[in-house]
Amino acid sequence: MIAWLQDLYRRRDLLYMITWREIVIRYKQSVMGFLWAILMPLLIVGAGIVVRAAFAYVAGTKLVTSDLADVSVRAVPWAFFVAATRFATNSLIGNVNLVQKIYMPREIFPLAAVASNFVDFLVASVALAVFLILVGTHPSGYLLWVPVLVLILLTFTIGLGTLLAAASLFFRDVKYLVEVFLTFAIFITPVFFSVNIFARFRTFLLLNPVSPVLEGLAQTIAHQQPPPEIWVGYSAAVSVALLVIGLAVFKRLEPYFAENV
Amino acid sequence: MAGDSQITLAMRSVSKRFKKGELHDSLRDLIPALTRRLLGRAPKEDRREFWALKDVSFEIPRGQAVGIVGDNGAGKSTILKILSGIMKPTSGEMAVHGRLSALIEVGAGFHPDLTGRENVYLNGAILGMNRAEVRRKFDEIVEFSGLAEFIDTPVKRYSSGMFARLGFAVAAHVDPDVLIVDEVLSVGDYLFQRKCMERMAVVLKGGATVIFVSHNLRAVTDLCSRALLLSHGHLLADGPSTEVLQKYMQAGMEAGTNGNRPVYLSRFALKDRSGDQVRFESGAPARIEVEISARQRVERLSLVLMIYDDNQYQLFSASTERMGAPPFTLDPGQKISYAFDLQMHLAPGTYRVAAALYRYDVQREYGTFQGTSFFVHSKDDIRGAVNLYPKLTTL
Repeated sequence: MIAWLQDLYRRRDLLYMITWREIVIRYKQSVMGFLWAILMPLLIVGAGIVVRAAFAYVAGTKLVTSDLADVSVRAVPWAFFVAATRFATNSLIGNVNLVQKIYMPREIFPLAAVASNFVDFLVASVALAVFLILVGTHPSGYLLWVPVLVLILLTFTIGLGTLLAAASLFFRDVKYLVEVFLTFAIFITPVFFSVNIFARFRTFLLLNPVSPVLEGLAQTIAHQQPPPEIWVGYSAAVSVALLVIGLAVFKRLEPYFAENV
Repeated sequence: MAGDSQITLAMRSVSKRFKKGELHDSLRDLIPALTRRLLGRAPKEDRREFWALKDVSFEIPRGQAVGIVGDNGAGKSTILKILSGIMKPTSGEMAVHGRLSALIEVGAGFHPDLTGRENVYLNGAILGMNRAEVRRKFDEIVEFSGLAEFIDTPVKRYSSGMFARLGFAVAAHVDPDVLIVDEVLSVGDYLFQRKCMERMAVVLKGGATVIFVSHNLRAVTDLCSRALLLSHGHLLADGPSTEVLQKYMQAGMEAGTNGNRPVYLSRFALKDRSGDQVRFESGAPARIEVEISARQRVERLSLVLMIYDDNQYQLFSASTERMGAPPFTLDPGQKISYAFDLQMHLAPGTYRVAAALYRYDVQREYGTFQGTSFFVHSKDDIRGAVNLYPKLTTL
């Protein structure tokens, strides 16, 4: 494990360059360029607001600005998770040429896929911060939770991404399964709604490790409330376990990558 | 510094098994296969396996240049992939000491949408350089590639030759302890190939170890003092490169005589005054001895001797008939031998001598035999196919 970290540290410039390449080629021939980083979460925010408005209409209440803040805060990290997982899943298949021709620590590819989407996430977060200030969201001491929650999400995404990247190299089905899963995952993740509206079924939703993170971000940023600490702890534990398992499986399978593509 | 005790590369009884055909590429294939296995039926894959390498052992001391030769599919690339860590051997051990740079495919890792400049940084990082190192060597790399004016053009607009030049330029500046080069000299024009060879010689002089795979046998003898001959995954020969190459060419000869042709070449030798030889000085005398054996009765045959350059262009042809010898008739088991004396007035390069048996009166060919390759060297830098011994006078 230590040796692995040292090896990775030695090749940090490679991680940087591959991440940089991912970002540059994504926007190089697009007219919108970096605006895509904001547009994608914006679409989810838009959809979320429509859903919220519909809920409010059915319940006979009014849509308030904290609802706007709430759904935006959930949508931006969710957009990151979906995009990063998708890119990481395809990261080895998309770099077959390098996997088969040159040796390097191959976990660089899923890591770079997550990292490049994280840069998009940071760009979108700046836009989000501006939006939150405009709608009059107040800061609070609970904001200190935000980096912790983001770190948990990042850990979970890297763990899942490395696992799926390796799996999809051996079975092309994984790629399609991931697409289907990411499309429907929004129904079991509190992006458009809060887990609290499910009352006693709340627990089932929170078992999804991404749920406590989104819930926590919404609570701390939009509502100036503490996150569901126990569930955040659960999410952190699952994420770290997934990262360790994901990397272990990845390194175990790595010698067979070149011949099993 | 360089001594036999300092081994940079070693393989000990390395074998590598591959599966032929499709693997379980989707779950649809895996599930029936797993069910079969669970039901205790033997998996049917065993007969679809083959050994790309079988029990290969060698040690390479620091600072040595070693060529690897063999036919396509002999296992050359597999050895390189195992040494560079891309693949793991099925059994056996290997060791690499020091920073290794493998040029298995030049420009692998280039992204078509990025410019030459961006790709130099990217590829440098892929090959193990850090950004500061690339920045320091950037001008040198660009100069070596000769692509200064196109360096800000996306590489998708490069020709394949330009692509390869930039790729080699980056790789050549990695300063590795071990440089692995796989058939990169087949791309690029003559001048660039020469530049690559010179660069490899510089890397060697700097104390690095070079492993060189090429079908350009002359390049192998020029660069490498030692060669390994592979055939169907087995290490057939390991020794001084001229000896190993001679063996390789003879092996190619024997393969050509197999089969059930009515008549075949039972012996084919390329010699200089001192004996069997594959290296000639430009203009030196050479003798080709051919023995023809018959399995069935053949009548009124002639022997045709041909020399090709490495683009398979025929440079020379002579036949016993055209040289005034009467056609020969052989009964089963009978033999006849000829010797041709030639002067190798060829430009430096790799050439191949082949022979054919032909019956002129009915215009029927009885088989062509791939002979051996040979190299011609000259102190003068002459290019083309022939040596016309130029003398220069300033007027």
